[in-house]
Order: sequence, then structure tokens, then C-alpha cells
Amino acid sequence: MSAPHRDLPPLVDYVVVPFLNLAVAFLVAGLVVLAIGENPLQAVAIMLHGALGYPEGIGFTLYYTTGFVFTGLSVAVAFHAGLFNTGAEGQATLGGLGVALLCLTFDGAPWWLVLPFALAASALFGAAWAFVPAWLQARRGSHIVITTIMFNYLAATLMVWLLVEVLGQPGSMSPETKTFEEATRLPFLRDFLTPLGIDLGQSPVNPMVFVALAAAVFVWLLIWRTRFGFELRTVGQNPTAAVYAGIDPGGIVIAAMLISGGLSGLMAVNEVMGVQHRLLLEFVAGAGFVGIAVALMGRSHPFGVVLSAALFGILYQGGAELAFEKPAISRDMIVVIQALVILFAGALEHMFRPALGRLLARTETAGGRT
Amino acid sequence: MQGSVRPQSVPSSIPSAADRPAAIEFVGIDKRFGANHANRNIHLTIRAGSIHGLVGENGAGKSTLMSILYGFYQADRGEIRVNGRKVAIRSSAQAIAAGIGMVHQQFMLVDTMSVLENVLLGAEGSATLGPAEKRARAVLARLASDYELEVDPDATVADLSVGEQQRVEILKTLYRGAEILILDEPTAVLTPAEVEHLFRILRRLQGEGKTVVVITHKLKEIMAVTDEVSVMRKGEIVATWPTADTSVESLAEAMVGRRVLLEVEKGPSVPGAVELAVDHLTLTDKRGVVQVDDVSLEVRAGEIVGIAGVAGNGQSELLEAIAGIRHAASGAIRLGETEITRLDPSEIRDLGLAHIPEDRHRMGLVLPFTAEENLMLGYQDDPRWAKGLLLDMAALRATAEAEFADFDVRPPEPAQRTALFSGGNQQKIILAREIGREPKVLIVGQPTRGVDIGAIEAIHRRLIEMRDAGRAILLVSAELDEIRSLSDRILCMCQGRITGECRPETSEAEIGLMMAGLSGTAAKGATA
Repeated sequence: MSAPHRDLPPLVDYVVVPFLNLAVAFLVAGLVVLAIGENPLQAVAIMLHGALGYPEGIGFTLYYTTGFVFTGLSVAVAFHAGLFNTGAEGQATLGGLGVALLCLTFDGAPWWLVLPFALAASALFGAAWAFVPAWLQARRGSHIVITTIMFNYLAATLMVWLLVEVLGQPGSMSPETKTFEEATRLPFLRDFLTPLGIDLGQSPVNPMVFVALAAAVFVWLLIWRTRFGFELRTVGQNPTAAVYAGIDPGGIVIAAMLISGGLSGLMAVNEVMGVQHRLLLEFVAGAGFVGIAVALMGRSHPFGVVLSAALFGILYQGGAELAFEKPAISRDMIVVIQALVILFAGALEHMFRPALGRLLARTETAGGRT
Repeated sequence: MQGSVRPQSVPSSIPSAADRPAAIEFVGIDKRFGANHANRNIHLTIRAGSIHGLVGENGAGKSTLMSILYGFYQADRGEIRVNGRKVAIRSSAQAIAAGIGMVHQQFMLVDTMSVLENVLLGAEGSATLGPAEKRARAVLARLASDYELEVDPDATVADLSVGEQQRVEILKTLYRGAEILILDEPTAVLTPAEVEHLFRILRRLQGEGKTVVVITHKLKEIMAVTDEVSVMRKGEIVATWPTADTSVESLAEAMVGRRVLLEVEKGPSVPGAVELAVDHLTLTDKRGVVQVDDVSLEVRAGEIVGIAGVAGNGQSELLEAIAGIRHAASGAIRLGETEITRLDPSEIRDLGLAHIPEDRHRMGLVLPFTAEENLMLGYQDDPRWAKGLLLDMAALRATAEAEFADFDVRPPEPAQRTALFSGGNQQKIILAREIGREPKVLIVGQPTRGVDIGAIEAIHRRLIEMRDAGRAILLVSAELDEIRSLSDRILCMCQGRITGECRPETSEAEIGLMMAGLSGTAAKGATA
């Protein structure tokens, strides 16, 4: 019995469907804004202007985007191996620990010398945090969604203990490490661009934005152009065929989670070395969970992840501006709007597909094709 | 498939079939799934009290048409009449109410329940089970004597043979008052003796005035049991004939739309050295249940050894053990001089063993991948594309284009998603991958399952070519005809044991007895 299913053309699949989902999300969000007595069109205008309308806003948008690209890629790599990594938050937290330990050890050394090691340390710590859930999934069958979520809590608790008891400064009331020396901090892009006449204001965007783009290219090559990526996708799509092909699914699961954890860990360099210049509690601020939405909306393709990370960057920065301009639209309202985007673009991703497929089939037959 | 061999006890077709009133009429049924036009303007009359065969290649629209009749799908256009009355069937409940019963290819039984409970399921009729069970027990006893449908009502379904489970499915439809029975590929999992029993049941049902529709791709069975036969091709009914006026050849031609060579042409084999040896191999599953029991066999260069057996008697496990996917509890497997018992699939592949798995969707292919990616499955380390850090996609594309042309994969588009190819072409992709590398030993499971007739011809020819080129081939198939026409030697397997060895000329009845577990000599005695 042939299933009543057909492929949509790539243009529809990758462009029309996401935009349709986004449009519906904004429509519903607009109704919510209308319900609290504000003008939705005006709200959209404020958001867009806040995120993209002036250099400083763009700088902030890019800064948010950077973190989301890393966590989005992290979740995407795991998806390709058939794994749902809900632990990007905890892996990024541990990545921050790696960066901070390195920066504190070599405090005062020039940033360009520390950076490569900081990248390595963050990836290593993130990967290590992903290893235990990965091993449990691969060798003992414990579900990765459960274990990675549990590891998020463990990471948070570990961080409190470390910052209060071990790494915190004597005499300080706040649970955080000392601030890194000026020389060891990543420079801001504004330091380079302001002399050239581009005013990024106080925006925290830093060179990690380029590392994020490089990571996207790396992930693309890894997934679609290497033997390992082929084996990883085989395990994700059909584990039985993987065994037939002589691939050890458990080994791939562990390797995929190590890479996923490493990518999450890299997110911490942007925050800890680039912006906060110290290790503090909850610096990840939910970027790990946003990464799930980013990967879903980007359909786990690195290019799509970059685009949807940019969208969430716009939502975060524009949302902050909107909350500032329109006190009636509180910070929580912004969260509602973001949640609607996640709902329609992620969870309800396939809602419009069958209808679109039927529509296309009808126009095709009307056009005389079979 | 062997031409016009007609099994024993063919009934003379019902003489007045053409005069009988219609039980079911399809009038202009039309159904599309997206761009796939599954049923095109179907006009078909199934006469009351007849056994009607419906044949066609995969994707010809047989299952869609029957699913419309049974209420799974709604037709876009056209109407269905049952006993002359127009009916609107929107669910299987309505189909049952209209007196239509369906026996699916995959049985819809609850394994852990008894036969009686399965028959009652959904037709309990009262809040407490007591009276219903009493009633059902009486009805089952009557049906058993009327139709040779003997099954112990208190047996647990999981303990029944496949043939008995099928009888339970038929009982379920009759208990619900079915006057019209549809059987989808009813003989796919039966031994020849069970097939004979099923046919006797169908004739009894017909004798009681019931109407039976049999969907199958086994043309010999159509010839053996039906009164009328309809052929579907590409969504259309291309012919409806009284069975007596047609032949296997003309049915095959109507199905495919051109002349088909059903006989496999092959010369005598010239066996060489032993290439594959299985020595006292025993396999158990996770719970310790023996699946393959002390099996020994040898396959020589230049011969095809066929394993005949009803599906689920250890053949799949045997193939998987040889390929390294499962590991033996005891015994040894040798490839040439090398022991491979403990090696993993990629090591065994490197030693020159190719494996065409039984289930291409579950194991042989990754359906969402492109065709060329599947050409690399299991051979992702091949230096042709895995030279450096990155895969050489251009080399893969070039190989795929050459192989797809050689194996006539249609459409010859390496970048198309594998799921979009037809079953036959998917199988050709696997063949291109596994045979293209000229392995020493080839193990093949169900090479033509779900493959259309045109492609079957090509696949059989390839296997014979491999044999003639001096390769050793071990073939497992549920199609006895396929085993008999391709193999040089036949081993019969039942409940994990080899029950006998015979020549391809051995009669079907004798092979059937060995498949059912009788030893070779006993089978000979029984049929003599």
C-alpha cells in the first residue's frame, strides 16, 4: 500500500513552511498584544528597530545570536544522531567553568594567546559533562532526555558550591570569581570599529561571532562531508541499518554527544571571556534551551541554525527594547511571544505541511502534470 | 516462477458464474494521493458466491481499492454498491455492518489473549463476558465443522502456527457476520500444506454462498482457486477474465504490460572449492530460546544453495549470523579458510562477503538518504571516496551513475531520496552496492520480496550471472518457486534445524513436508 505522502519541493520545505509558521506565530502574538490594549504593528516596529534599526542594536542582536548559534548547533548535531540533547544548558555552564579556570590560571596573558586554549577548555568541559549521559544512553539504555536534564540541575548545583566555597572571592557577597585582567578579556568589536566611524555603542558583540560562523561551517562539513558524519546520520535515521553496515551505534552516540557538548561549551567563551569577564551563576541564561528551538526551527541544518539563531537574537534584543519602550508590554510578554514562535516553528512544525502538499498537488494537476 | 504448472485438485470453475448477481460493484472509483493517481475510474463487479482474484504489481492500486471498500480511505469519485445497493462506507465498522470482512496480511491479533477472546474483541455485545463467551464458543464450534476452521478456542494466539492464526482472523470476520471476505496476500507466510488447507476453507465458504476476494501476486494460486480474476496496472483495471480462460503467462503479461520471461534460464552449475562453511552453528535470542539449532552447511564457488522454509524458522537469524550481525552461541562459520564467527560486519565485508538483507527498509537501506549515499552504506571506508579527511562526493556520484546505468536503476538519479524509488529499484540499488564489488560469497535474503515482475527477472538474471562467474551464493526465500528455479541444491529449514537436502527437481509436496519439519527420507516416503 503506497503511503499518501510526497516530498515538498526544497523551496517550500525550507523557506515557505518556516515563514508560514513564523507568520502565524506573530499573528497570534499580535492578538495577545491587542488584547492588552497596545498596537501590534507599533510593537513590531519597535522590536525591529530595536534589533536592527541602529548599530548598537545590531551589535546586541549579534551578541545574542552568537550564543544561540553554538547551542543550536549543539542540539542539531545530536538530532542528526537521533538524540535529543536537552542538556545544552548544563554543558554550557561547565564550559564556562573551563574558560574561567583557564583565564584565572593565565590571568594577565594576552587574550589572543589565551583564546585558543579557552576554546579548547570550554569544549572539553562541555563534552565531559555530556559524556556520562552519553555513555549511559549508549551502554545502559538510560534515556538521554532524562539524564541530560538531570545533569543541568547537577551543573547548577555544582556551580553554586564552587562559586560559594571554592572559587569565590574572600569577603565578597556575590557568588562569582574575581574579574579577569584587562589583557586577558576578549576585546569587543566596538573597540575595532569605533575608530573606523561605526558606532556600536555599548554592545557586547565580540570576535566569538566569527567563531560561531566557523563552527557552523565545521558542523556542515562534519555532517555531510565526512565518513563520521555519514555514520552519525545512519545511526540517527536507521540504527538497524547502521549495525548492518558495521557501525557501532553506541560508539556513534557517545561521539555525537561529545561533539554536541563541546559546541554547547563553546557558548561560554562568548559570555565568560567576552562579556562578563568572570564566572558567575546562571550566565547561560536559558541559551541552552533556546538552542533546542533554534535547532528545531533551523531543521538541524547549520545554515538554518544560523538563520533561526539570528531570529531569536532579534526577538531577544527587540523584545528588550519593546519592554523598555512600552511598560504595558512586560518582560513576561516578550517571553510569551518567544514561546509562540517556539510553539509554531518548533512543536507545530508540521502543521501546515499536509495542506501545502495537497495544494501543490492540486495546482500541479491543474497545470496538466500528473 | 514456473509457467503453467497447475497444482493438484483444481476445482472446475463454477459454471454459471457470469449469471450470478453482483455482490460488490465498484462504479467509477477514483482516488489520488497527492500526485499519485492510485485508482483511476475503476469499474469492477464481483459476483456473489464467487472467488475473485485481484492481481497486480506493487503500487498498482489493489490495496488502495480494497482499503476504500473497507472504509480506510474515501474515494474522490465514484460509488460502491453492495448487493445492488449503494453504500457509503466511512469506517471499518460500517464495512462490517455491510457484511464485509477483511483478513489483513499482517494479522491483527492480540498475541497474549486466547482465540476466543480475540474473536470476541470488539464484538462482546454485553457488559459481562460470560454470556458472550458462551455464545461465541457455540458459534466457533459450528464454524469449525462447517468450514474446516478448526482452532482450539482456549489456545493462546502466540502458541498457534501462522496457518492457525490466519484461521482465527477468518473466524473473526465470520463471527461478525461477514458475507464478503477480502484476503490480502493470504498465502505469503504459509507452507504448501497450509495453503491447500486455506483453499479448502475458501471453497467451503464459497459453497455456503459467501463471496471471497483474494489479493495476491502469486499467479499460480490465482489459477488454482479463483473463478474470475481481475488484473490491475497503474491504478486501472486492465482485464477481468474467467480464470478458466486465462493462464499464468497472460496474467503476467497483463500485469506488466509486456511479455515476461517467467522461467529462469540457467545452465548446470560447476561447483568449485568450499567458500562458505557453517559448522554446528547454534544461535539463541536474549531469553535463551534457540533460534538456529546445530546447523551445518557448505556453499561452494559457482553454486547457489537455497534455503526453503516458512518465514520465521531461523533463516533470517542464520543469515545475520553469517554476516556478523548476530553472534553464535556455539559453532563456527568460515569464509574460505578464515574463521569469521566472532568478526563484526565490516571485517566480514572486507573479507569478501556481501549481504543482501531480507528487509531492505529495516536493514538494507536508510530511506531518507539519497540513493548514492545508500550506495556507500557499509562501504563508507572504501578508498574510492574515503581517501582524505572529507568524502570525495564527485567520485561517489561518478560511481553511482555508472552502477545505476549498469543495474538499470530507474530513475537513474543518484541524488534522489531513496524512499521515492519503487521497491524493485530500491532492491537494484542494494544489488548494485553488494554485487558491484565482486564479492567471493553472496548471502541473499528474500531478493524479490515486494519487487515487481519486471525487476524480478533482472534480479534473477544477476544472481545466475554471479553464480556462473564462480561466486558462492546462499539464498533464503519464502517463495518456493524462486528457491526451486534458482538453486542448485535446496536445504529445508524448520524450527531452526535443517530438516533435509534435495535437488531443485524434487516435488513441491515433498519439499513442503520437509519445510513442515519431516526429515528428508520421511518426506519422500509420505509422498511416494
